[in-house]
Amino acid sequence: MKELMIGNAAVARGLYEAGCSVISSYPGTPSTEITEFFSKYSDVYCEWAPNEKVAMEAAFGSALRGKRAACCMKHVGLNVAADPLFTMSYTGVNAGLVICVADDPGMHSSQNEQDSRHYAVSAKVPMLEPSDSQEALDYAKLAYELSEEYDTPVLLKMCTRVAHSQSIVSTSERTEVTKEYTKNPQKYIMTPGNAIHRHPFVEQRTEKLREYAETSGINRIEQGDGTHSFGIITSSTSYQYVKEAFGDSVSVLKLGMVNPLPIKLIKDFAATVDKVYVIEELDPIIENHCKAIGVDATGKDTFSILGEFSQRTVEKAFDMADKTVFSLDTAIPVRPPMMCAGCPHRGMYYVLAKNKLTVLGDIGCYTLGAAPPLNALDMTLCMGASVSGLHGFNKAGQQETENRTVCVIGDSTFMHSGVTGLINIAYNQSNSTVIILDNSITGMTGHQQNPTTGYSIKGDPAGKVDLESLCRSIGINSVRVVDPYDLEECERVVKEELAKDEPSVIISRRPCVLLKYVKPKKPLTVNTDSCIGCKRCMKFGCPAISFRDGHAVVDATLCVGCGVCSQLCPCGAFESEVQ
Amino acid sequence: MTKNIMIVGVGGQGSLLASKLLGRLLVDEGYDVKVSEVHGMSQRGGSVVTYVRFGDKVYSPVIENGEADFIVSFEKIEAARYVQNLKKDGVIVVNTQQIDPMPVIIGSAVYPDGIVEEMKSKGIKVDDIDALALAQQAGSAKACNIVLMARLAKYFDIPKEKWLAAIEKSVKPQFAELNKKAFELGYSY
Repeated sequence: MKELMIGNAAVARGLYEAGCSVISSYPGTPSTEITEFFSKYSDVYCEWAPNEKVAMEAAFGSALRGKRAACCMKHVGLNVAADPLFTMSYTGVNAGLVICVADDPGMHSSQNEQDSRHYAVSAKVPMLEPSDSQEALDYAKLAYELSEEYDTPVLLKMCTRVAHSQSIVSTSERTEVTKEYTKNPQKYIMTPGNAIHRHPFVEQRTEKLREYAETSGINRIEQGDGTHSFGIITSSTSYQYVKEAFGDSVSVLKLGMVNPLPIKLIKDFAATVDKVYVIEELDPIIENHCKAIGVDATGKDTFSILGEFSQRTVEKAFDMADKTVFSLDTAIPVRPPMMCAGCPHRGMYYVLAKNKLTVLGDIGCYTLGAAPPLNALDMTLCMGASVSGLHGFNKAGQQETENRTVCVIGDSTFMHSGVTGLINIAYNQSNSTVIILDNSITGMTGHQQNPTTGYSIKGDPAGKVDLESLCRSIGINSVRVVDPYDLEECERVVKEELAKDEPSVIISRRPCVLLKYVKPKKPLTVNTDSCIGCKRCMKFGCPAISFRDGHAVVDATLCVGCGVCSQLCPCGAFESEVQ
Repeated sequence: MTKNIMIVGVGGQGSLLASKLLGRLLVDEGYDVKVSEVHGMSQRGGSVVTYVRFGDKVYSPVIENGEADFIVSFEKIEAARYVQNLKKDGVIVVNTQQIDPMPVIIGSAVYPDGIVEEMKSKGIKVDDIDALALAQQAGSAKACNIVLMARLAKYFDIPKEKWLAAIEKSVKPQFAELNKKAFELGYSY
């Protein structure tokens, strides 16, 4: 059957067809949909784990037991899961294990632009890199074949453009695969005495895989029609841009496996052309390999190490004509993403900004609190860093910072890696105030369940971590819960907890307004006779409020009736109908 | 020959359904199709863009400057933001709805007047339509996306019945009638 699928759905389909029985993942753009699509198949097990390390180890356990398993994450998630990855390379697998990792060149929704291919090289595991949805499906299946044949976890590398672009895919039926589990301490217990004997295996495996890369056809030469005498080595979405710009007029070495890279194939290709260009997004992995094997190649001198490419990148480099472009004289204001109307985070941020507190932030929708008009954040680094960073900030700042600095972290991010930072606060006793912005969902990635929500990925009832009990059991004596729609309460509690001479946690709790079970209230209206046009409500940054003809106006299609604006208004101009 | 359509607007306006509808229809017509959009951060009320490309064989999933045969803009200044993507003889369908971005809301920028007029004065083929009003007439402001797709459909040789069938397949059954009505209003506008 042929259908239009985003790359991530095609990966999920490929994993499914290959007989994958278990997926454990942590959401992260642009990888999230792989796990979401997979969870829709009825005869498999699928879960959201608290973080990528846990997910990868769970998937490893399933592969060890004899079921094909997978684990999906964004590029920075692989940093979290790097620890198991490097040693799984030594143990190898029983049933196949595939790790899907999605890079984000251009940083559409990420805090950095790291290149996951480095992990394949340094952990010494094979990496496949599809360039469209059909390849995403095919490579997912191939990854299991390679995993079992070469006894290794296999990395399947996506990027934003391949993960989120739809193209036509042919699907087929699922094949079940089960392996026997037998105890094998020399292979699976990685004490130094055992691991030292596994390292030579890893090196030999890489050479065998390189032979596969040379001859299997996953890396293929597409002979040009003779128009151009140079040749291009490329992979992933860059391959599509090369074909868009050149069609069949240039010879291309299209790489589907980016680790280990072939040697003979590249040398043979280079021998047939006058000059070799390497076109790859982000770091010069293929280019450096070419140079290391003595093939002169032009890469990052011409094609940027920064950002996403397009066909234009290729056309520009080869001096193809610019296309005619319309331009306007009027300046167009930017439209950055922002917190939604009625977002529960906004109330707490307003209080923090109003009191000019130093706020260490974390990863999630609430990172948008950094934007104008609230400008509420001082730092955002990586998952969980707000809590551990606050501890260090206060240990350095002591009395100068303790009563005027907080951190903010979402419920899902707190489960991911905030809780370990809080344990450090409790253990090493910094006088820190941690605010958990509990909106009862993993928001930014598009509403995934997490250990605090009480529901599984399929929406079934599941275990539920009680945040208050967890914080107390760690050793935090002062744990308070506030409603972020109540500005007065928020301000009072924040001030009280900052004044205390002990660590404390404030849970700012209200579910995300976009959740289906959250029923919006009737939109507010502005009484134009009462409104004095002071614009105090505009400082709050609610997208439902704008200013027209000297007074505030509420957009009824956006307003969810949260009523926080009415707490800011000095003249009671915001009116709500009685429900 | 590959044809390029861009759908631009504000996160939450329903461009996802529009591109789903278009993609499905074009696959059914036997074309090779690629549809590309960016998820995540941009959903939160930011500027969003979807690329739809179709033809005998489509390689790149993205549309670059000067390459779009059609741009369908769900909002006025979003049309202006992406107009450099339009081909010299391309058509831009513009919903005249105004949605203030945050810099305008907080007073650090002004929402520009006369954007549609300026585009026309530059010789750009602009097809402006108050899609919000027509959607409301059909029964829901949310049907704006279908009104705009109907406007786009006018430029295609694909029979109206096929568009209506694709709508039926793309929306929940309880909204099929409303969306079909919205399509008719946009198509006959």
